[in-house]
Amino acid sequence: MKMRLNGLIKKEFIQIIRDPSSIAIAFLMPLVLLFIFGYGVSLDSEHIPLGLVIESPSADASNFASSFHASRYFETHHFSTTRAAKQAMMEGQISAIIVLKQDFSEELRRSGAPVQLLLNGVDENTARIISGYVDGAFQKWLERDADARGMALETPVRIEQRIWYNSELRSRNFLVPGLIAVIMTLIGALLTALVMAREWERGTMEALLVTPLSMNEVILGKLIPYFLLGMGGLALSVAMALWLFHVPLRGSLWLLFATSALFLIAALGMGLLISSVAKNQFVAGQIAIIGTFLPAFILSGFIFDINSMPGIVRLITHLIAARYYVSILQTLFLAGNEWSVILPNAGALILLAAIFLGLTWRKTKKRLE
Amino acid sequence: MWKRIYALMIKEFLALMKDKAGRLVLVGPPVIQILVFGYAATFDLKHVPYAVYSEDRGYLSRDLLAAFQGSSSFTLKAVLHDERRVAELVQSKKVLMVIRIGQNFSADLARGGTTAFQIIVDGRNSNTAMLVVNYAGTIVKAFNENLAQSHGRAMPVRIDTRAWFNPNLESRWFFIPGIVGLLTLLITMLVTSLSVAREREQGTFDQLLVTPMSPLEILIGKALPGFLIGIFEATVVVLAAVFWFKIPFLGSVLTLYLCILIFLLPAVGMGLMISSIAVTQQQGLLGAFFFMVPAIILSGFATPIRNMPEIVQDLTLINPMRYFLVMLRGVFLEGTPLHLLLPELWPLVAIGLVSLAIAGWLFRNRMY
Repeated sequence: MKMRLNGLIKKEFIQIIRDPSSIAIAFLMPLVLLFIFGYGVSLDSEHIPLGLVIESPSADASNFASSFHASRYFETHHFSTTRAAKQAMMEGQISAIIVLKQDFSEELRRSGAPVQLLLNGVDENTARIISGYVDGAFQKWLERDADARGMALETPVRIEQRIWYNSELRSRNFLVPGLIAVIMTLIGALLTALVMAREWERGTMEALLVTPLSMNEVILGKLIPYFLLGMGGLALSVAMALWLFHVPLRGSLWLLFATSALFLIAALGMGLLISSVAKNQFVAGQIAIIGTFLPAFILSGFIFDINSMPGIVRLITHLIAARYYVSILQTLFLAGNEWSVILPNAGALILLAAIFLGLTWRKTKKRLE
Repeated sequence: MWKRIYALMIKEFLALMKDKAGRLVLVGPPVIQILVFGYAATFDLKHVPYAVYSEDRGYLSRDLLAAFQGSSSFTLKAVLHDERRVAELVQSKKVLMVIRIGQNFSADLARGGTTAFQIIVDGRNSNTAMLVVNYAGTIVKAFNENLAQSHGRAMPVRIDTRAWFNPNLESRWFFIPGIVGLLTLLITMLVTSLSVAREREQGTFDQLLVTPMSPLEILIGKALPGFLIGIFEATVVVLAAVFWFKIPFLGSVLTLYLCILIFLLPAVGMGLMISSIAVTQQQGLLGAFFFMVPAIILSGFATPIRNMPEIVQDLTLINPMRYFLVMLRGVFLEGTPLHLLLPELWPLVAIGLVSLAIAGWLFRNRMY
């Protein structure tokens, strides 16, 4: 059996070398994608264009306005009238307008609303960030102002926040591990999505069927070469995360590779399943386009919080292998060897891998239709 | 000439629809995906699991906790009596946040002083962590205002905040028009990126080249199915967005369709270009992903383009999705008229024509 398997693996490797697109999938794809995304994707907003309107200049007003000039979050543009600022927001040049009202100083002493904030709500996340920041800046300024006048400003209850694992809230620290999960999903499925279908389409499957190879050997022979390629791609991705993007790795590297191996088997298994269900490369390719990237991107908890999704959608996320892997990666990178997270998620990966491979095994009977 | 193009088109449709799996792939997934992704893609927090560890027995801390319990954004999972359990629950991801109130919370407040309490947030997903902090801040702000009112203290000065186009800042309004764009791109790549590669791999493309059809005719014949299916799928997804998710649609339908049509130019062009560079379907599939994944991630769909480094921002100028998302959000939420969309439209036309021309040129000049 070992010899037969060796022969098949050798054949698969020769095929990989002949059409270098497999090698490109395993090595070029993580390199390019991680490079672009690691640098390109960030949720840390900076340089938000902000319009500032001071309806009647006063010492108080310009004092408050100056607190935005130094901020790295904003790029302030001055407008002399609210109308001009509104026009600029309509045209998309600025994302928000701060209006210091005519009676700024009087309102300030009267518990009114001396400041008006107009937001472009289309990008609601940015709008929230702006609103939170302006609120904070205003509060801080009020405190300083009260202090200067020898009074204490009282906020009855304050929150002390402690953010664990990522205290400076560097979004790259969670995006890069998440991206590794997305990229490994693509690698796994792309590598194998076409390989079985190709054999069926070209008729070489029949040639394989008349050999003494058993179905297990055929599946193993397909799995092993691509597994090795995929692990190579993973090693490259982890190296980039650690040394290029300086994401801390607080858990063990061995555990990272072990759990990644589990995930890769599940991802390759999904590719093999697609491939053996479709039986022609065209449809297999189409299913791979639909079934891999967007689900791993949107339903894995990589960006969008799974707890906040409605029940039925949460159920669907349990079918996405990337969901468990994202959880494992974010924990291993940022929190450490946290067995209470790793064990259940690794268990789920094993289960999914078994389901995918089991279904593939059932679908690829030694029989022609 | 049109008769030949028509014949090629019919052939393309037959190739796409000939087996059951192929038909299913074109019709089922877009509908399922808009529904699932539409619910999943949101930055609005709901049911965030949290735990409480309070050493204070006073009514004021109970009031504060009641404010958290009353919020649909948070779901209470555990009330702790042992400090060591705090770390355990956060580490194992059972809760995202722990509220910790010290002994003197109520006493300090009742005396008319100020006090603080602690929230511990799991920062593994720093975006969610930031949202949790903001939500908690909003609850406490309301709590403080209530307190000030009932104790006759002076109301604090506030900022009068108004959001245009999306007054309640609903995350879904931002993401669903984006998903319309994503799915339109996806389905177009599905139809076009493998079509020439398959013919090359099977050798039937040579046969096509020796027919009296000119490369231009082949190009049109290959491109039109992509356009038709793209428009059809976009319609399905737009209908779901408007009637199922009730996303406001302020613009004109005509403007929307013009935008979709113009976007399909580069989408189909890129798909055919990838397809005609590829010699095997595997290469075509790889090419499709190599284009689609960056096109989506660098489009401003979830993370703003403004946050990217300048060199990457420049790179997004050749990304058709970037322009399409701006147009979709504009037409849906702002009712942007056509003439304000011209800065988005002409790059799409340019990218579309260049990619289509390259695809047509490759038909003849790439022979193996």
